[in-house]
Order: sequence, then C-alpha cells, then structure tokens
Amino acid sequence: MKLNGARILCESLMREGVDTIFGYPGGVVIPLYDVFPEYPSLRHILVRHEQAAGHAAEGYARATGKVGVCLATSGPGATNLVTAIADAHMDSTPIVAITGQVPTTGIGRDFFQEIDTTGITLPITKHNYLVRNVADLARTIKEAFYIASTGRPGPVLVDIPKDVIVSETLFKYPDTIDLPGYKPTTVGNMRQVRQAISVIKEAKRPLILAGHGVIVSRAYDELKQFAEQAQIPVMVTLHGIGSYPCSNPLYFGMIGMHGHAHTNLAIQEADLIIGVGMRFDDRVTGKLSTFAPKAKVIHIDIDPAEISKNIKCTVPIVGDIKTVLTSLNNELPRFEHREWMDQIEAWRADRREPHVTIDDSAPIPSTMPIKEIYKRTREPAIIVADVGQHQMWAAQEFPYDNPATFISSGGLGTMGFCLPAAMGAKVARPEATVWAVAGDGGFQMTMQELATLVESRINVKIAIINNGGLGMVRQWQDLFYDKNYVAVKMYQPDFVKLCSAYDIPAKNIERPRDVGAAVDWALATPGPVLINFEVQREENVFPMIPPGLGLGDMVEGSQPKTLQLT
Amino acid sequence: MIEYATRPVTPHTLVVLMQDHPGVLNRVSSLFRQRGFNIESLTVSNTDTPGISRMTLVVDGNTTNVEQVQKQLYKLIEVTKVTEVTHEPHVSRELALIKVSTTGNKRPEILQLIEVYKGVVVDVGADSVTAEITGPRDLIDAILGVMRPFGIKEFVRTGIIAMARGSAN
Repeated sequence: MKLNGARILCESLMREGVDTIFGYPGGVVIPLYDVFPEYPSLRHILVRHEQAAGHAAEGYARATGKVGVCLATSGPGATNLVTAIADAHMDSTPIVAITGQVPTTGIGRDFFQEIDTTGITLPITKHNYLVRNVADLARTIKEAFYIASTGRPGPVLVDIPKDVIVSETLFKYPDTIDLPGYKPTTVGNMRQVRQAISVIKEAKRPLILAGHGVIVSRAYDELKQFAEQAQIPVMVTLHGIGSYPCSNPLYFGMIGMHGHAHTNLAIQEADLIIGVGMRFDDRVTGKLSTFAPKAKVIHIDIDPAEISKNIKCTVPIVGDIKTVLTSLNNELPRFEHREWMDQIEAWRADRREPHVTIDDSAPIPSTMPIKEIYKRTREPAIIVADVGQHQMWAAQEFPYDNPATFISSGGLGTMGFCLPAAMGAKVARPEATVWAVAGDGGFQMTMQELATLVESRINVKIAIINNGGLGMVRQWQDLFYDKNYVAVKMYQPDFVKLCSAYDIPAKNIERPRDVGAAVDWALATPGPVLINFEVQREENVFPMIPPGLGLGDMVEGSQPKTLQLT
Repeated sequence: MIEYATRPVTPHTLVVLMQDHPGVLNRVSSLFRQRGFNIESLTVSNTDTPGISRMTLVVDGNTTNVEQVQKQLYKLIEVTKVTEVTHEPHVSRELALIKVSTTGNKRPEILQLIEVYKGVVVDVGADSVTAEITGPRDLIDAILGVMRPFGIKEFVRTGIIAMARGSAN
C-alpha cells in the first residue's frame, strides 16, 4: 500500500513500540500533525517549548529504558531541541528526535525557518539523518531506534523535509538492520574477565564504583551478586544512584565532588577500583593525577572509547554490563574484606550527623524538605532533581532500593531539566509517584510546562527548594570569589499565585514544623501540586572537592577554609 | 642513493574505511575539531568497492592521543574499519607539484635536480619549470628544501595515501 511520509513515520513509530510523542507543531510539520488523528495509539503531548519536549522524552527514557520520542518543526523548533539533545548525549539517554525540514528543493537557500539541523546536532547526537527520499524513511526510523537504544545509548535525530513528509511510496517496514559500521561489543573478552578475577583476588581494599551503565543494562541483580560474592563495598556515581539497593550493607553512598566523605576517603586508600558502567568523569575523579593513587583499575564499559580516556586502566573489559558481570560471577570465588569494610564503616560513622532539634523559629534547613519527601513517599517513586545545590542534597539523601528512581541531568548539568523530565517520567510510569525537586532558579527556566501538566493531566508533585536565588553559584562565589555575590539573588514571582493562574493547588511553606504535613498534603491531593519551601538562604553543600583539586583536598565541614581556585 | 632528512617519528598513519554517505567527511572533521585532534594530512577518495570510501589520515602522536582517535572514529556509525599502519610494513606515497623560478640561467641545474629526485617535468614556462614528484613525504620535503634557494613560485602536495604491504609468504 502506498502511504505518504507522514503516515509512514507514524506506522514506523508504532512498530517501534512508541506510545507517546512529546512535540510542538509548526510550518513544515503540519502535514505530519494532519495524520495524527488517524493514529490514536500514538499519544501526542503538546508541550509549551520544544526544549521541554526533549527533556520529557529523556525523562520517559530514563524512567523506562525505552526510547523517548520528541518532535519539533524546522528552524527555531529544531534549535530549541538542541539543549535537550545535548543533555541526552552527555547522559547516554536513548531518544529519537524528529524534526521537520524545509522542502529538499529549498535546502541551502535560506528558506523561511530553514536551519542546518543535522549540521548543528552532528556533535551532540550518536547519529543523525537527513531523509532526502521518502523511500528511505522507514529504514531510517528503524535504524534510528536501533542506534539510540543499543550499545551505549544516545540521541538520534531524524530531519525530514516537508516534501518527504507529503510524498508517497510503498510502505514496507524492514525486518533487518544493515549497519556494517555499527556492531557494539556486548560479550566481554573471557581472558580479560579471568585477568580481572586474578586482580580482584590479590586486592585487599577493593571498591566497586557503579554508574549509569548498570541501570541502562538492567544489571542490578548481577551487580548485587558480584558485590556480595566478592564482598566488595559499592559506591555510586550521580547517575549510578539506584543501581544498588541503599539498604544493602555493602552500599556506601555517592562518590565525587559532593559525594559522601567516607567514599572519597575510601577511593584514596583503595588498592583496586572496579568501575562498572561509569566514565571517570572529572566530577568523580577531581584532579586526575591524585585520584586513587594506590589503586589498580578494572574498568567495565560498553564504550571502548571510555577505556583509558581519563584514567589509566589495568584491566579493561568492553561489553554490556549485565553480560560481563554474569561471566565474572560465574567464575568469581567468594572473598572477604572485613577489615576494609570496617574501616569505611568507621569513616562513615565518624561523620554521621548528630541528631539536632530543629529550631522552629529559624528558616527551614535546606535538606529538610528533601528528607521529608523521601520519608513520606512510598515506592514506586521517582525523584527528578534539577541542577544545583538541591540536586546534590537530593543525591546525598537518596534512600531507595529500586533502580531508575533518581533522574537528573548529570553530564550537561542542564538547569530547567527537572519539570519537563518529571513530566516524561510520569507519563512513562503512571503508577509511580513522581516528584520534581527543583531550585527556584532552574524551576523558572521551564515553568511554562505547568500548562502542559494541567492540559495533559500529568500528576507531578513539585517541590521548590527556594533559597532566593542561585545557591550553587553563590556557594562558589562564597568559597572561591571572596563572597563577591554577583547575579545570584533573584526576584521571584509568588509561586502560589502563579500556580493559581494554572489552577494548580500550591502552598508556601516557611516553618520547619509545616514541612512534613505539606509533603503529605501534596501526596494526598490529586493531580499536579506545587510546594514552595522557603529554606535557609546561605547554606552550602558539603562535603566538597574544590574544582581543580583532588579527592584528598575534600572540604568536609560547614566552616569552610579560605580556598583558592586553581 | 639520495640522503634526505628524516622527520621525528611522531606522525601516525591511519587508514579509515567508511560508507560513502553525504556528510561523512564532515563527521570525521567535526570529530577532530571537537576533540582537539590535530590532522597533519587527510586524503579521501572512493574505492573499488561501490559505496565505500577510503581515507588516509596522518595525526601527530605528540599532541594527539592516537588510540582515542581510533576509538572515536569507530564510534561514527558509518566508519567500518580503522587500521593504524604506522608500525606495520607499509607503503606511503604523496604527490607534489612544484613550480620553480628559472631566472639567472639556473634551468639546467634545476632540471638535473628534478631528475635526481625522479621527478617529471610537466610544464616549462619562460621563467619557470614545474615538476611532478611522487614518493614518501620525506622525499617531497627534501626536494622542497633543495629547490627553495632557486625560488619556489608555487607548491602543492596531496597529502599521504598509505597501504599495508602484502604478506611475504
């Protein structure tokens, strides 16, 4: 049967199991929107800005592991997607971005709303396509989903000119993929696996650093078995949060710039680091030359380009985390590292927060709303954090046992990510309670999406951790720029009044004693709600590895020394 | 035998096979720009296999992590094979055209030098001679040095093409 490009796209999306498209119409994609009513199983969610469509697709993908789909028109529609595509690229998130393009005859002539979309997105996509002929469309969509979701996942963009959308061809969805240059290695080399085991055997102070790859590969059970069999303490990266149950005795929390102090101390003392699905990024290692000075490194990752990119690796194993851990587990003897575990446990115990009575006449401590949210929200729950101080607090306090329960923008650090990503996560997993935890700055970057929540009935609970401005920037100015506070204090709208304009129930909370009840109120209220928590103005996130310094230079206390930026 | 100056052995020669899609050269050059890899020379052309292009890349091993270059190239979906031939027995050739000034009765001397370097005279003008030279890049460097005192009016070189040698048995 002959179909036009618009219908071929819809048919192809359905065959890829797509149920939701986050999009925004415009000039060249109107003929595509024209056929949407014929495909009711493809739910189109109309956002208020294309960037949000991209982040929503990311939230959808991160919550389920399925490919998220976003759609925008040519020109400004496509450029508005760029931030979200870059975010997905940095965080290995599988999305397919579909953009309209001016007719092929107009390309290169500066048509109305023409932009070189594939050129702009070339360095921030795993791959991208400009479909010049409708006969290539079905194959391109098939390849796009395959590339986005396999190997190290990432964003794929498909740019479709208007004449391709409207012209017709015989539709046949291909059964096979022919990509001679794309063959991700999934099975680890057995010689490397055995070598890794012999290195583990010798180690007295080993550590597992688990990253996003564990969640992407759905290797939680394998990781747990690996850690328990070898009795190796597990620490996680920001995106590794949720890859290991927090209640497990081998779990020791988050590493990195704002990681738990005992984890960074442990890394510096370790004689073996086993990096599992992580990439030794600078926020994890600090100054590279002083990172884990006593340790050999086993690095397991699906992307060969990550091996020895940042730190020199003793035993690399390239492959899918689940597959590699399974082969490791099959040959791994049982080990004990009692002394080492006790040492880390002692470091942790030394730093356990003393129980303090909260002074109700003082402003709310910044972490209090986050702790109350965690305490009062029953799983299944997903916490989507924005970027900044609240994000680090949300990461430090994370208590859950299930994977894919913490979603945030890590690599790119995109403020404004949280609300649209929470939207996508909720649409993907309607049974879960989804919290968008944002700062007052980041929230204002994408707060136009309140309209989308109402219009598409997306039940996201929003918590603003409001410290009156850009807390993380202020913290850096405090610690490294002589308290020269520039452009960090912000005028704020009345968030409750703002929500009332959208018919969203909302509350201002200013007293510590009201925090818990407000969280319960949000959970009990149907539909989207917002709580604006007015928290202390000048709290800093600790511990902190000052930028440019090593893990050994960690600042722990709330009384910072005077620090110099290097 | 001609003696000519050898370069320090920092150049690494990579042979890259890739699907001949629109924009693929852009992907490679964009990758190099983004990651700060330095290209010394790059040549690309089609092969005897329809749809497959072959690229010879020379990168400076002092300033660029050659292993990362290879791994990043492999991440491009259209790249099917990357081979480093630097440490393998291989043949590498470059072609150059050099137009030398022949004022002051230097023509016989210049023609003789061209012959020594196994060059071919491809054009003779009133006050210039143009020669075509083929050989390893060192040879091209050498003739450039020899001709410089006469006055080089124009010079162009193609960049290296390379191929691993066939096995001996």
